Amino acid sequence: MLATSPAFKENATQALANAGLQKALTRTRPQHPAKRAAAVAALPEFEQLRDIGRDIKNHTIAHLDFYLETWAGNVERAGGKVHWCSTADDARAAVLEICNRVNAKTVTKGKSMISEELGINEHLEQHGITPVETDLGEYILQLRHEPPSHIIGPAFHLNREDWEESFRKAHTDLPADRVFHERRDIMSEARNELRAKFLAADVGITGANFLIAETGSSVIVTNEGNGDLTQTLPRVHIVLASIEKMVPTLEDATSLLRLLARSATGQDFSVYTTFSTGIRRPGDLDGPEEYHVVLVDNGRSAMVGTEFQDMLRCIRCSACMNHCPVYFSVGGHSYGWVYPGPMGAVLTPSLIGIDKAGHLPNASTFCGKCESVCPVKIPLPMLMRHWREREFERHLTPKAVRSNLALWAWFARRPGLYRVATRAAAAMLGWMGRRKGRFHSLPLAGGWTDGRDLPAPEGDTFFARYAREQRAGRV
Amino acid sequence: MSQTAPASKPRVALFVTCLVDLHRPTIGFAAIRLLERAGCQVEVPRAQTCCGQPAYNTGDRATTRDLAMGILDAFGGYDYVVVPSGSCGGMLRHHLPHLFDDDPNIKARAEALAAKTYELIGFLTDVMGVTEVQAAYPGTVTYHDSCSGLRELGLKQQPRRLLAGVAGLKLTEMTDPEVCCGFGGTFCVKYPEISVRMVSDKTRDIAATGADTLLAGDLGCLLNMAGRLKREGSPVKVRHVAEVLAGMTNDVPPIGEGRG
Amino acid sequence: MSKDAILGEIRRGLKRGPLPEDQAMALRARLAAHPRHLIPARSRVPRPEQLALFVRNVEKEYGTVAHVAGLADVPAAIADYLAAQNLPTDFAMAPHPELQALPWHLRPMLQMRVGRAQPTDLVSVQHGYAAVAETGTLVLPAAPERPTTLNLLSDTAIVVLRASRVVGAYEEAWDLLRAERNDPVSNGFMPRNVMLVTGPSRSADIESTLELGAHGPRRLHVVLVDDDPAAS
Repeated sequence: MLATSPAFKENATQALANAGLQKALTRTRPQHPAKRAAAVAALPEFEQLRDIGRDIKNHTIAHLDFYLETWAGNVERAGGKVHWCSTADDARAAVLEICNRVNAKTVTKGKSMISEELGINEHLEQHGITPVETDLGEYILQLRHEPPSHIIGPAFHLNREDWEESFRKAHTDLPADRVFHERRDIMSEARNELRAKFLAADVGITGANFLIAETGSSVIVTNEGNGDLTQTLPRVHIVLASIEKMVPTLEDATSLLRLLARSATGQDFSVYTTFSTGIRRPGDLDGPEEYHVVLVDNGRSAMVGTEFQDMLRCIRCSACMNHCPVYFSVGGHSYGWVYPGPMGAVLTPSLIGIDKAGHLPNASTFCGKCESVCPVKIPLPMLMRHWREREFERHLTPKAVRSNLALWAWFARRPGLYRVATRAAAAMLGWMGRRKGRFHSLPLAGGWTDGRDLPAPEGDTFFARYAREQRAGRV
Repeated sequence: MSQTAPASKPRVALFVTCLVDLHRPTIGFAAIRLLERAGCQVEVPRAQTCCGQPAYNTGDRATTRDLAMGILDAFGGYDYVVVPSGSCGGMLRHHLPHLFDDDPNIKARAEALAAKTYELIGFLTDVMGVTEVQAAYPGTVTYHDSCSGLRELGLKQQPRRLLAGVAGLKLTEMTDPEVCCGFGGTFCVKYPEISVRMVSDKTRDIAATGADTLLAGDLGCLLNMAGRLKREGSPVKVRHVAEVLAGMTNDVPPIGEGRG
Repeated sequence: MSKDAILGEIRRGLKRGPLPEDQAMALRARLAAHPRHLIPARSRVPRPEQLALFVRNVEKEYGTVAHVAGLADVPAAIADYLAAQNLPTDFAMAPHPELQALPWHLRPMLQMRVGRAQPTDLVSVQHGYAAVAETGTLVLPAAPERPTTLNLLSDTAIVVLRASRVVGAYEEAWDLLRAERNDPVSNGFMPRNVMLVTGPSRSADIESTLELGAHGPRRLHVVLVDDDPAAS
C-alpha cells in the first residue's frame, strides 16, 4: 500500500472539511467508549487481566524464536505448511505461488490488516486472480477502491447513502429501482452477492488474531461469519499472520481473548472465535484440503530489543483509536497507511520508516487515553515520544522547531537570563493586551490565533512580583 | 481551614512552572496562600525555569536532562515539591527518573525528588489532609480534568471535594470532562487545525453545561480553552482552580479578559 | 532462508543465540502444563447458577434457549420452535450418533438430510460438544459427525446441547478436548477446527449499527437437554 503519511497535515485538512466523514465520526465517537466501559464494568477482574495479558505477550516475545519453531512443528504435524517470509515481497510471492499451483481463479478473503500491509489484492489482480473481500466493510471498500479507515470497523467512515450508491453501481444484475428500506436490506444484498463468491472460490485467505505454539493453531475472531466461510468452503486455506501473533498455549490465548472483544467492540466475546489446526481430517465432510500459513516478518523482528519492542504486544483491538480525540477529529485515512490512530503512530514508523511517517507520532497531545485503555498496557505515548527522539537525533524535526527550541533551551538553562527575558516579554505582551485581555492575532502566533484568541499575560512575571513582595516583607 | 498537618511545618518548595511565571503569576500566589493556610512553610527556589516538557516532547533528551539536573539541584533539599499543574507535576513525578536510566546515582536522586513531588490540589487533600477552604465564589462552574493530572497523577475527586466547600459555588459536570482539550503543549501550534477542532468539541461541551465559569488545574489547557471560548464570543469565565480555592478571584480578571 | 533470517534477527534483538537447552526444557514444561491464568469469578458458582449464567448469556447475545427434560423430547422441541418461527420443517442435521438416535418418528413432519450443510439449507441442527457459561459460548469442534458448515450456512442454526456439557470457563472446555480427543493426523487433541460460537452472526459495519445475520445464521437456538442431576 502506498503511504500518504508524509501528507498527514494535508490529509487532516481535507478530512476536517469532509462533511460526510465528520458526520460518520460524530455518530460513532461516543459509541465505543460507552460499550467498552460497560463491558469492563461487568468484569471486575478486567484490570488484573490487563496485567496478565501484558505478561503473556512479554513472555512470548522474550522467547519468540522458540515458540515460532515449536508452533511451526505443530502446524506441519497437523498437515499444514509454514511459509517463512522476511519481507512483503516474499509473502506476496508465497501467496501467489500457492494460488497459481492450484490454478485459482477467485480467492475469497476474510478481514486481515496484514493483507492490507502486504498489498495482496493488487498483487493477485496483477496476476489475473480475482480477490473478493467478504467482510461487509471490506467488501464495500473494495467496490469503492478505498483502504480501510479503522482496523476493525474498516468502513465506519461511510454513511448509508454511500452504501446504497456503491451497491447500485456494482450490483447491476438487480433492479435499478429497488428500495433499501432498512440497513438490513443493504446487508442482505451483500449476503446474497457474496454467497455465490464463497462457493466459487478456489482459495480462502484469512488473517490471524493469534498463533498458538502448543497446538499449531491459528485463531480468527469475527462477528459476521465471513472469515469462517472463507476458510471452510474453498479447497485451500491460506492464513496470513505476522510473527508477533504468537502465544504459547490455549490458556494464554484464552486470557487474551477475555480482553480482546471487550476492548474492541464492548462484546464479552465475539460471535465466532475459531481455532484452525491443519487440514481436513479423514472422514471430515468439510474443511480445506490444504492449510498454509504465510508467516510474515516485514520489519517486526527488527523491533525486538529496541525501545519499540512493547509494540509487539499489540493485539489489534482498536481501543486506542476508539478513544483517541485526534483520530476522531481526522479519521483513519489521514494517517496515510494501514494502521491509524495511536497504535499506527507507533507501528507505522517501524514498518515504513520514520522519514515517511514522521508526522504520526507528533500528531498526539499525549493525553494518555490510549494507554489507559490498552488491554496489554502498551505505553503508547512514551513510544511516540521515542520516535520524536529518533527524529530529533536524525535531524528530521522541522528546522523552525529545532531553532526555536534551541533558543528557548539556551535561556531555560540560565535562570538569571531567563528571568530578564521572560520579564521583558511578559511586560510587553501584558501591556499590549491589558485592555481586552487577549489578542485576536499576533505576529508569529498564527498557529494559535487562526482559531483561538491568545489570552494576554498579567504583565508581571511571577518572579518579578515575588521579589517585590519579598522586599516589602509580604511573603 | 481544617487540617491534619504534622506538628512541625513541612518545608514546601513551589515549582511555579514557566507558564504561570510568564503568564499568570496570580496562580503562583494562590498556591502559596493555599499551602500556607494548610500549614506549610513555602519557599520558591530561584534557580527554576521549566520542567523541560517542551524539549522532552520534541525528542530533545539532552536539553531535557540538562534542565532536569538543574531541578534536582534546586529542589533536592525540601520536604515536598508542589506544582500548580498536573502536566509539569507528572513530568517531575513520572518522567524525570527515566531520563537517568543509564546513571544509577542521578536516577536515585531523581526518584527521591519524584517521590516527594505533588500537584497542588492533590497535595492539599492527599498529603495535608485539607478538607475545607475559606473561599466564596458565587456561580456555576464546570471542571475540566486535564490529562496528565487525571491519568498520570490520579486527580479526579480531589478538586471537586474542595470546590464543594466553596461558599456559593455550584458544580455542573460536562458530558465528558476527561477528554483532552487539544492543547498538548507544542501540538496546539504544530497541528493547529486539529487542535482547534478538539477545543471546539470541548467548548461545545462546556456551553452545554450552562456553567458561567470553567475551572481546571493546568494553565496550558486553560489558555487553550479560554482562547477558543473568547474567539467564539462566549461569556464563560475561565480560571485556574487555585484562584477560586484561595479566594483570589477579585485580584485578577478571568483568563483572556481585560481590566478595562 | 527466511526462517533463519527471522530467527536470527529475533535472537540479535534478544541478545542471545538459540535458547539454551535448560531454558527450552522449562518452556516445554510450561507448554505441557499449560497453566491457567486468572479465571473470572462469574463462572465459579454452584452448578445450577452456572447453567443459569449460560442461558442468560446466550439470550444476552441474541440467541434463544429451550429446555427439555430428556433427549427424547428434542424432536418435539425442534418442531415447536420451527412452527413458532414459521420456518420450514426440513433441515440439514449433523451425522452424530446422539442426534441420529433421537425418536424423530414422534414428529413425522420433520424432514432431515444428514450430512454437511448446503448453501440452500434454511435450517441446520448441530450437535453441541460443550458450552461455556462465562459468555454463553458454544464449543463446536469439527469432526466427521460435526461438520463445520452446519454452523455457518443456514439461516437458522439449532444446536442440541446436553446440560452436563456446560462448563464454567473456556479453560474447562479445553481440558475436555484434551481428555477426550485423539487427533488421527497430528496425534494431538485439536481437531481441524474448533468454533466457539456466541450468538447469531452480526455486523455493525453499516453506520456502526448492529444487524443480525451478516453471513452466518441470523437465528441461533439452543435446545438444552437437562441431563445433569447436579444442575437442578
